[in-house]
Formats: sequence, structure tokens, C-alpha cells
Amino acid sequence: MTQAMRIEGGMVDRERTLAFSWNGRWMTGYRGDTLASALLANGERLVGRSFKYHRPRGIFSSGSEEPSALVQLRDGAAREPNTRATTVELFDGLSATSQNHRGPLAFDLMAANDLLSPFLSAGFYYKTFMWPKAFWERVYEPLIRASAGLGRLSMKPDPDAYDHGFLHCDLLVIGAGPAGLAAALAASRTGLRVILADEDFVPGGRLNAETHEVDGQAGADWAAGAAAELTANGNVRLMTRTTVFGAFDHGIHGALERRTDHLADAGDRPRQVLWRIYSRRALLAAGATERSMAFGNNDRPGIMLAGAVRAYANRFGVAPGRNVAVFTNNDDGLRTAEDLSGKGIEVSAVVDARRGNVVVDTIGRSGIRAIRLGDGRRVETDCLAVSGGWSPNVHLTCHHRGRPVWNAEVVGFVPGGELPPGMCVAGAANGTMTLAATIREGHGAAVGISEDLGAKGSPGTPAKAADEDCAAAPFWQVAGLRKRAWVDLQNDVTTKDVQQSHQEGFRSVEHLKRYTTLGMATDQGRTANVLGLALMAEAAGKSIEETGTTIFRPPYTPVAIGAFGGRARGKHFRPFRLTPSHNWAQENGADFVEAGMWLRAQWFKQPGEKGWRDSVDREASQVRKSVGICDVTTLGKIDIQGRDSAEFLNRVYANAFLKLPVGKVRYGLMLREDGICYDDGTTARLAESHFVMTTTTANAVLVFRNLEFARQCLWPDLDVHLISTTDGWAQFAVAGPNSRALLSKVVDGLDLSNDAFPFMACAECSVFGGTPARLFRISFSGELAYEIAVPARYGDSMIRALMKAGEAFDAVPYGTEALGVLRIEKGHVAGNEITGQTTARMLGLGGMLSRSKDAIGLRLSEREAMNADDGMRLAGFRPVDRSVILTAGAHFLNPGDPADMARDQGWMTSVAYSPELGTSVGLGFLRRGKERIGETVRAYSPVRDQDVLVEVCSPHHVDPDGVRQRG
Amino acid sequence: MIINHPLLGPRDSAEFVVLGDACLIDRPDGMNAAIEEMHDYAYIRDNPAGEHRELWYHEQGDRSWLVVTRSTLTHEVIEVELARNVARARGRSR
Repeated sequence: MTQAMRIEGGMVDRERTLAFSWNGRWMTGYRGDTLASALLANGERLVGRSFKYHRPRGIFSSGSEEPSALVQLRDGAAREPNTRATTVELFDGLSATSQNHRGPLAFDLMAANDLLSPFLSAGFYYKTFMWPKAFWERVYEPLIRASAGLGRLSMKPDPDAYDHGFLHCDLLVIGAGPAGLAAALAASRTGLRVILADEDFVPGGRLNAETHEVDGQAGADWAAGAAAELTANGNVRLMTRTTVFGAFDHGIHGALERRTDHLADAGDRPRQVLWRIYSRRALLAAGATERSMAFGNNDRPGIMLAGAVRAYANRFGVAPGRNVAVFTNNDDGLRTAEDLSGKGIEVSAVVDARRGNVVVDTIGRSGIRAIRLGDGRRVETDCLAVSGGWSPNVHLTCHHRGRPVWNAEVVGFVPGGELPPGMCVAGAANGTMTLAATIREGHGAAVGISEDLGAKGSPGTPAKAADEDCAAAPFWQVAGLRKRAWVDLQNDVTTKDVQQSHQEGFRSVEHLKRYTTLGMATDQGRTANVLGLALMAEAAGKSIEETGTTIFRPPYTPVAIGAFGGRARGKHFRPFRLTPSHNWAQENGADFVEAGMWLRAQWFKQPGEKGWRDSVDREASQVRKSVGICDVTTLGKIDIQGRDSAEFLNRVYANAFLKLPVGKVRYGLMLREDGICYDDGTTARLAESHFVMTTTTANAVLVFRNLEFARQCLWPDLDVHLISTTDGWAQFAVAGPNSRALLSKVVDGLDLSNDAFPFMACAECSVFGGTPARLFRISFSGELAYEIAVPARYGDSMIRALMKAGEAFDAVPYGTEALGVLRIEKGHVAGNEITGQTTARMLGLGGMLSRSKDAIGLRLSEREAMNADDGMRLAGFRPVDRSVILTAGAHFLNPGDPADMARDQGWMTSVAYSPELGTSVGLGFLRRGKERIGETVRAYSPVRDQDVLVEVCSPHHVDPDGVRQRG
Repeated sequence: MIINHPLLGPRDSAEFVVLGDACLIDRPDGMNAAIEEMHDYAYIRDNPAGEHRELWYHEQGDRSWLVVTRSTLTHEVIEVELARNVARARGRSR
């Protein structure tokens, strides 16, 4: 198909023909076209179906305000629905399809909805789908879901990459139309660092769409010259294809730059970049958006905003019709006829509402063929240019709840209330509707800002232009309409819906919006809102000022979720932290588990092992029998130094720490200020004023934060300094009866005998002939055990060397599961018990709480309810039938009691199969548990469908007297 | 949001963690405080619409705790102080 509607002139590059496909048909356009202009050039008027009534719709505008021409771009995983054809830059090979129809676009089966329109008016959802109630889930919802929405997602992962970036400037100019260009020129000349952003791919704004002159040259040429000067000045970042979509706190603006959407091949480059722009000042020069008027059947393809008609003719060299009629209520609309005549396009009628002439109806099924005027005349036309006036683009001024005010002269809402701090507005966005005034205002605003910011250069003089006629009248709808007249094309809101909203009492603008959906969806009602408000005001017999307006929030135009996600998707959403022995563990068959951000080995599968239990049982048994090695680097490590370190620890741990000798480790229990247990770990005193604290893996960051709080905010003059060394040291537990023998081969010249290095001893030492190390004799498993730490860079060598040294003892590596088995057997509490809801008494650690000092949480731990004798206490559990596998989360009941919460006796927190005892064992909280050892209770888990009898025992299933760890 | 760190200059709020009311600095002495006093310290907070003094922690930065005086209505940051200095000024020492 040739470009039948292409005319002379415009800013397209006729040397660069581009082929694109529309609904599977190949067409051509030129570099510089949008998809919309190329479709119009090829005579395509029908491009989509409306949301609710499936009415034929065409291209209505020439910019991001487009309500109708929503299309799907690309194929496969890259498919993108609901894209405005008016903002899509044409490229070679672009594939686009229409959406929201069943069957071909011209014969949409869903068009029957249009015949049902009497039943589909505002609020029909709320009224229709109320009854019968049972129908909602089975009938209505699937029906609504099937017909809802416009385009269709690909349902595949987005194949494109998105980036985030940060920019800083003195002045952010939003919009590169005449006001924005004038402002950027002046600010740049004074020496400010300027960012000038515009959503279009060519700077100039309306200058490119109109026939105005600036400084004696065509407006578009002046704009190109201005852009060239800005680029040459060196202190301006001119960002085209960049939409500033939100004004956030403290001069921060969000902007979306479309980097490769206009390229046939993006290569490896990110498709879009989400910029966070830090600006000292912002100047909103976002222009204005034209709106329609309400008249019969005003939504047909071929009915287009007058400014868009001029844009297609002047900028893109496309005739939107061969025989165009104009319907306007303002002088600006009248220029459409002049421009078109100048291009040799026939103008069949100029209908000026201010003279009492109106269009009452339009004719033409899939595109306009004629209009009917108020006096009954019929005028043939294939394009109706409509101008109902221009609405300043005040959106960003509302982002801090500024409320626009009505300006009767402009016939539109202009910025009002409190603007975001640091923002000012110039040009049409400010209600300054003529060219010369706009340029002067942009220039003046920039001069003021430059002076405020102390820029010294000369801003020069503003470009010269004329002020065009712009008188406008508040004419909204044709009186006595008998045909449906649309207010919001995207949501299919008609004048009748607005009247109905008023009749049914939804009269505030906020109610109107929500009841009719006026102003919602991708275009946010940019061509519709003011008309809707005006009609509501008319219906209520009030002024528009009294009726007021809804306000806008970010984003100004839609932003893809992918852009917000940026690179943080998939594995990069939350990168893993790897332990120093990770590579070694991978080589040795480890299965990994996520522990916070860490990946930890959970078990090491050996040949012949059928399931995880085989591996875990073997690892746990071998620790108790000989020796095992486990990477415990993930535990938080905090280096504490300073003269007051002991005093500091004594205030953050609930148990005593003042008198911990050098060379000793102590178990420490931390409370929250409300007296509930928070975290536990061991702290070693390496020197008089040097301690190393460990925390649980999960709380490493939080404990450090809290310690800094205590240090800086509570006791600012204690001499204590903290540093997190979690990643600085690779630490391994070496546990089992042969651990001493193994470590004797590893540690340089340190007497490890029980007398010289007893339980809870610690020392700084070296291993393998000089590698610095720290040795702690602590035990989580209950066995004779140590933890040995080396600087993290030696971690990989250390695990290999330890395993080699352990060969003589058949040492095994063990993972987090065996670690869990060993600690449950031993009755050590962990995260399953220290849940943020448990007290020291519950954990059986009540005796640790010091009564002779003040420490975080001690005072409130004294509260009566937390110390009741009939409270929950930690106990051990074993199934009466030793073959039963216990279930964590089961609740305890006295045998014979009904299973209800009133008779609840507690709950099982941790279970494991104990290879040592040959049965499943558990830990849990049982009411008065400590006194009930030997009793039998029910462990009842309706979730797992388990109801078994368990014997209450000591939580220390293995070695209750602690002989082994002290041996 | 931008917080003007007294040592490091303006920093993005993404670098910080907020804790809440700066009254947490005024921790009673647990050995002498009435339990009610301790209870109020642990649980009772004002929730003003307007100026609020808050504790912010520069976790992705220099680990300073800051007292940020901020309007909860406009997000305007009115004053930023080192919490350590505030604590000292409120009589806290060792």
C-alpha cells in the first residue's frame, strides 16, 4: 500500500523509508513518523475498539494524551499491550496490532456491547453483579475477567533489560517546547547546570506542529537551533524521549528515558532507564493538552483534536483527511482551517460554537463520513477537527497535593495551592497560552532562578515571536443532545453517565471519578477531565470553581513495572552471600539452603544415599562418633574495643559480663527493651578491652544497628567502638570427640589439653605455620567442640586443609540440617524458640537474668505476667510410640481434653530425627513444662493430620549433664 | 527524600534506616525508674501531624545515628543533628 495520505512538508525524512506491519499487513512510513502518523499516511483510520462498548475508534491526538489509539507492539515475549500509537516512534520492522476485539478489527464480535449500552452505564458493575450472590465467583467474575482490559500480556518474562540512573542538576526543565527551550537557554547562558527533558523524540513541542515563527524563522527551525546551542554550551543535558513522571521530595524527580524503543535492534543496551534526578530547582514547562466537546457520536474514527490535525499536517506531512471540517470554541481551532488550506487540503466547514453553530451528530460506521449541524444541514467530511480549548498540564504541580484553580480567561485549571518546593511553572502549563508570552515567561523564570542560585552569566534576551489570537469560550456540550456524546473516550464515559452520577448523588468530583471511571486508565483523562467536571458543574447548577477538580499523582504517563525493577530482577532481586567454603561445598555435593541472604550447605550427599535423611543422619552420627566440620561464618561477628567494652556488654546483655576473664567466652542473652528475648550468641574476651561478639545469622545486621544505637544515643561517652567483621573472618565449627586431636594437627603451638584450654576458652593463635587465627572452645552440638576462625581470604584453603587433616578421623563436613539435629538433641534454643514472643523464663534461661544491674530489657522483664508460674516452659518431647515422626507446630493437649484453644497446653517448636537415640525428638513450650517431666501429653496437629501421644522429658535429650562438651 | 547529614552533607534517604521518635534517647535508668516509666518509654509514642523529631541511622554510610527534625505533613527536613550530640545535650553521658 502506498502512503496515499502523505502530503508535502513536515519533519519526516523522506529518504529513509521504513517498513512496518499493522495487523499483519506491511506498510511504509518515514523516519520521523510515529506509528500514528504512519497509519494515517496509509489511510488507516480505524485502529482499535473502545474499552466498554467496543466502538470503532481512531487516532484522536498526536501525543501522550492519546485515549483511543492503544495498540500492541512487537511479538512473542516482547509483546507490549496498551501502547499509544501517537508516541511510538516508527522503526524498520515494527510490528503492531490492534487490540480489544474478537475477530477482525472491523467486525468485532464484542461490538454487541454497544447495543447493550443502556444497561452498561455508570455503576453497572455495582448494580448488575450484585445478585444472585452465588453467581459472583462462578459466572460474573470469569465473564468480567474475560472481557476486561484492553490488550493482552504475553505471559512470558520480559526479555528486555532496564536500568536505573542518578542525575544531578541546578535546574531541571520539564518540557522542551518554547517555554522550556527559552528557559534552558537563559539558565545555561548564566552558567547553571541544566537538564532539559522532553517526552518527544524531537525538541520543540508545539513549535513543530504549528506554523509560528520565532526570531524570524520557522518555529521548528528555531527549536532545532536552540537545541544545538544547548548541546554546545556543555552544561546542559538535553534528554529527549524522557518523561518526567513525578515530583518527589526535596527536588527529586522521577524520569523515564526510552533508550531503545525506537530501534529495530537494541543490541545489549537497556530498553529504558529510570532516572532519579536531583535538582535544586525545577521549571515545569509541560505545555497544555487540547480537549474535546460533547456532541452526538463524537467518538468516531476521523474525529480528532484540532491541534493533532495541525500536527499531522505540519510536522508529519500527513493529511488526516481529504475534506476536513473544523468544530471549535476558540481562536486556536480556527487556525486549523488556515493551516490545512495552506497545505491544499479542502476544508468543508468551519463551525464556531461561539457564533451559535454546532455539530449535533456525526455519521459513518467505522469512520466519520459526514456531520450534521445544528441547523439540520449535513456536511460531508472524512475528518472532523475538534477544539474544546486547552487544559494546562498542571499534573506535576499536584504531586505534593497542590490543587489547581480555575482560570476563566484561560478556560482551564492553572497551577494553584502549594507547588512542590523548588518548582515553578512557565508557559502554557501556567496558563500562558500565546507564543511570545510563553517564551518571555520561560526566559524570565530561568533568569529569576539563576539569580536565586547565584549564577553570574548573562542570560541574553528572549527570542522574538508574535502573540497569536487565543480567545476561548467556555462551551462544553451541544444543547438538547439526542445522541450519545462521549466525555472520556478511553473509559467510554458519556454525558449521560455524568448526569446519572449527579442524579444518583455522586456529585463531588472525587465521587464522579470513581463512579464513572472518568479520568482513569492509561491516559488519566487528560483530554476528558475538564469536560467531565464542567458537565458536572452544569448539572449541579454550580460554577466550575465551586465544583473543583481532582488532582493528579505520579506517574504522569504509564511507567512499566520493569523500569521500576531495573536490574533487580530474578537472582539480582536479592543477591546471595556466599560462605568462604562455598566453592569447596559445591565440589563436594552440597545442597544449599537460603539463610537470610546467605546460601549455606544444608547437607553433603554421598554416593548411595537415597534421601536427605540418609545424609543428615550420617553427618550427625559422625559428629557424635568422631568429628565433623561446619561453616559457621554466617553468624554475625562484631568486634568490640575500647576501655568501656565490658561495661557496654554488661548493659546490652541481660546476663553479667563485667567479670568475664580474658581468654574466656560467655553465652550472652539479649533482650528487647520490652523484656522479650531478642538474640543470643557468644562473646569472647580476647584482651582487657577487646571482645568479639557473635550473633545469630538472621539478626546480625539488626543487633549491630541496636548496639550502635546504644553506643551513640544511650551512653554517648562510653569508650567503646564497634565494627562488623562478619565477612572478615571465615569460621568453622569443629565438633566431636576427635575435634581436639584434629585441631592439634592444625593449630600452631597451642596446648589444647582440657586444663590448658578448657570449655569456653578462647585464644588468638595461628594455624598451619603462621596463618592468623582465633580459636574458641564452644559447642552448639554438645560435643567436645571448637570454632576456629581465619581471615576470610584463607577460608577456602582452610576448609580444604581442615578436611585433609581430618582424614585420619573420617571427619565429615556437616550442613545446617545436621547442625539442627545436633542442637535439638542437645536442647539448645535457636530461632524456632527465640521467636520474639518468648521470655528468658520460657526458654529455661530465667536464672541468667541479672538482678543487680541495668541492661536493655531487664526492667520490663520483671513484669508479673511474664513471670507467672503457670506459664510456658521449654521441655523435650519423644513419641510414646518411638517409630512416630513428630511434627513441629503441633499443639499439646492433656489426654482426654477436647482440642480447643481454651485447653491448649503449648506447642512443639523444633523436631528432628535423632540418630543417637533412634527416635524422633522435639523441643517445645509446655505449660509448667519443667514440672511435668515424665507425663504424657497429646501432640495434636490438625494441619498435618497428626494426633500422637508424647512423653515429656528434659530438653537435653543427649548428655544432659554436659559431660562431653567439658571433656 | 534527602537528609543533610551533619558530617557527610546531603544524602539520599535510601541510605538510611528510620527508627522513629527521638524520645527513645531518653531511656530511664532501669535501676531507679518506676516500671510505669519504663513501660511508657518502651511503648508510648506521639504521632504528630507536623514537626517530628526522629531517629535515622546511616546504615549504608558512616553508621551515625541522626536526629532528623522533619515535618510529617510536607516531608520538609528542618534540622539534622548527630544523635550523640543530642544525647549529650539531654544529659546523657556514660
